[in-house]
Amino acid sequence: MAIATTGTQKPIGWDGRSVREMLEESERLFEETGRYHGIERLSMLAEDPIRYEKIFSRLRGGMVNARETALNISASPIVKEIGELCFALYTPEGDSITLSTGIMVHVHTMSDAIKWMIRQGYEENPGLAQGDIFCNNDAFVGDVHNADVQNILPIFWEDELIGWAAGVTHVLDVGAGKPSGMPIGPVNRFEDGWILSCQKIGANDTVFRDYELRSETAVRMPWYWRLDEKTRITGCQMIRDAVHRVIEQEGVDTYKRFMREVIEEGRRSFETRVKEMTVPGVYRSPQFTDVPFEGETQLPPEAAKDILMHAPMEVTVGLDGEFEVSFEGASKWGMHSFNAPPSAMQGALWVQLTQTLVPNDKVNDGAYFATKLHLPYGSWTNPDNPSVSTTISWVFLIPSFVGLFRCLGQAYTARGYLEEVIAGYPGTWNMSQGGGTDHYGRPGAWTNFEHSCVGTSAGFVKDGEAACAAMWNPEGDMGDVEAWEILEPLLYLSRRIRPNTAGAGKHRGGAGWEVLRFVWKTDDQVVYNLGEGHVFHGTGLFGGYPSCTGYRLNVEDNNLKQLIAEGKPIPHADRDPEDSELLKLVDGRVVMDNRCVHLPTPVGEYDIYVSLLRGGHGCGDALEREPSAVAADLNEGHLLPRFAERVYGVVTSEDGDGVVADADATARRRDELRKQRAERAIPVSEWMEKTRERVLAKDFIYPVTDMYTESMELSEKWAGEFREFWDLPEDFSFEGGER
Amino acid sequence: MKQPSYPREVVEQLVDGALPWRDLKRMMSSFKDPDRFDTYIAILQERVPWDDRILLPLSDNLFIVERADGERVTKSLAGFDFGDYRRNWKLNALIFERDSDELMDEVYPRMMGADPRWMTLREYYCPKSLTLLDVEAVPPGYPIVHAFQPDLEGFYREWLGRPLD
Repeated sequence: MAIATTGTQKPIGWDGRSVREMLEESERLFEETGRYHGIERLSMLAEDPIRYEKIFSRLRGGMVNARETALNISASPIVKEIGELCFALYTPEGDSITLSTGIMVHVHTMSDAIKWMIRQGYEENPGLAQGDIFCNNDAFVGDVHNADVQNILPIFWEDELIGWAAGVTHVLDVGAGKPSGMPIGPVNRFEDGWILSCQKIGANDTVFRDYELRSETAVRMPWYWRLDEKTRITGCQMIRDAVHRVIEQEGVDTYKRFMREVIEEGRRSFETRVKEMTVPGVYRSPQFTDVPFEGETQLPPEAAKDILMHAPMEVTVGLDGEFEVSFEGASKWGMHSFNAPPSAMQGALWVQLTQTLVPNDKVNDGAYFATKLHLPYGSWTNPDNPSVSTTISWVFLIPSFVGLFRCLGQAYTARGYLEEVIAGYPGTWNMSQGGGTDHYGRPGAWTNFEHSCVGTSAGFVKDGEAACAAMWNPEGDMGDVEAWEILEPLLYLSRRIRPNTAGAGKHRGGAGWEVLRFVWKTDDQVVYNLGEGHVFHGTGLFGGYPSCTGYRLNVEDNNLKQLIAEGKPIPHADRDPEDSELLKLVDGRVVMDNRCVHLPTPVGEYDIYVSLLRGGHGCGDALEREPSAVAADLNEGHLLPRFAERVYGVVTSEDGDGVVADADATARRRDELRKQRAERAIPVSEWMEKTRERVLAKDFIYPVTDMYTESMELSEKWAGEFREFWDLPEDFSFEGGER
Repeated sequence: MKQPSYPREVVEQLVDGALPWRDLKRMMSSFKDPDRFDTYIAILQERVPWDDRILLPLSDNLFIVERADGERVTKSLAGFDFGDYRRNWKLNALIFERDSDELMDEVYPRMMGADPRWMTLREYYCPKSLTLLDVEAVPPGYPIVHAFQPDLEGFYREWLGRPLD
């Protein structure tokens, strides 16, 4: 087998063309025909389906094999325990053919990165050749944030570029001014840490020495960086080998035809699936999240303010199976670390679709070609300033896409596919991070990924599951306590199911959980919390309530060391913030508030850090929940007793094994609650009259008026709809509201 | 490929939330049954306490129906008529807004609900049965969300292959 080792002397595309010409032709054909590469007939699939499926299975197997093998090279628990990595195979133009399991959000971000290299003329300079290694973690090129580091390897067959292998892992530290992989605090790109924009970091399958030396000082804990890099490169090389084996056996022309057809098949399958599962029409689900930065002394004054993010998702399903998602009316980008460039938004849409409409192994960029995503320029979804910070775009991405589940849940309900309905997902929070001198006396940083295991939301026909899932990684895993304790200078006091983290409903969300930890063997640490604290992350479906918001709870300068020395009880739960078990047992300085997104806070040895992992949203009216199910919730610790009557109207009594529901008393209580609803509720028309006065008076706190102002300034359409709904003067604005 | 189809009893069990987990999981993992919509509508039609023809179920408590006079409206299970289905049904519902800490505390432990200055909960009830039909979690002053505007005619004509009229 002859494989070219230099590809820069003549065009490396097919039939004597450059790769850029191939990309331009591909885009032109799609533009003209609406079909990938203009393919009209899936001839290979039609005429030799067994061979076609065999090729797909071998390539797909190659991806999964690469991921499962390569992850063992990494030493990072995020990669090894949680599986925060993914591999994919691309066409020469950068369209994904097939992918591994894992963090599939990146299947399309890496496509963007490849296309960026092609458009930037990498074919001529720095050149593309077999054995080249590129590294990218630039969200404006093709990524979500710089913690997701990609390696991309071109694959050649003889002297032609036949495709690309790419892999991504989530790293522990990005070398920003503040420690961790996703530091909170950068307000522009220059504070984000190490960003590589598709940099060539190796040739002839060897990483350049200058790059290796740079990584020694660019990030904290460079040993993890290097091992993660070896993980990704190994996986990509395994994919390259798998592709070469397929070509050797099937011939290169067959492989070329296959890659085109399989993407077009993916596009058609998506459209078919849309028609099969949904109802044409318009769906809406606006979402929000809070950034309570007022008073943050570590930020420049202009950034130290409260912000409310607006993500007004609208999904339009067309009669031909078109699927368009729009964020028209989104609020502006800001001086924070949560901005999300288009590549991140596209990746987030993609990973949601793989878990909803197209949950099968044959998903590829065909789904991308079958969807449209509208991201208003100047908003946080498409910043008109390339210098914004993006270290943790997920803070806005995660809440903004929860509406997609709600929209699809509505569609599935209408079609009768009730088994698929789910009331969104909760925020994958609290995310714990920190850094400083670790318990080995070394400088370090950490990002704990146990938040990839929050509760799932309720479905139409069942409760959600406890502590098991993350919207961005279909294989949720909390990781072993022992693995985190090796890496992080905080020991665990407990991990346990936390009552009232899930949203109530006829079917309740799956429970979240709580973690109590304390700082160990260091007095030089900072910690972060991350999650929503002032607003709900989405809401329930069909009358279900949203899951809880979070709060921050640290007990600093406490007596834990003394309690341990004296053999006295130590805390294993917080459980109920109105009657905290933790605070009954431990004395110290209590930091307890809803500032769940904050900059790093210094802590000392034995300081206690509580992490609240969210539950899922509810579905249906809580008064329709089976009383026995509520009794079970009480017995299993999913619900605090005072909420059984208050929310569910279920009256219980004790028997030997716990509580049981009292049917007659429950029926009476539920009647009372319905009467209370009748007494307290008012007609919407009356409520609108009252609320309109409040809107006219601009009687809201400034993050709310700021949000409305930004959305109205960025979108005339949204502003028009807002004014029309409230019957406001044409020139109404929130100018003059609270500042 | 043969398309799957489930007996009516299985779809009834699904609607009742009584399908054993193993069967439910198998249903999730299988290809979808194209006749589901008709089976589902037939089951619901038998169960609702009124005679209007169900055109599209919106939830367990809300339906787009065709009245005897030919009007297409949104109707609750209890029989409340919210009017033209193209108009947001919430505009004719009863509303209760949880806009204080005390009202949030009824549903969430203190610290675990939203700050009502940032976000309130709006609960929409059926005026006839007081069933809670939807909960919005939005900042104060946010317009009522029109969550779903189906292209009903297009759906029947193009996707089901049988025009509504």
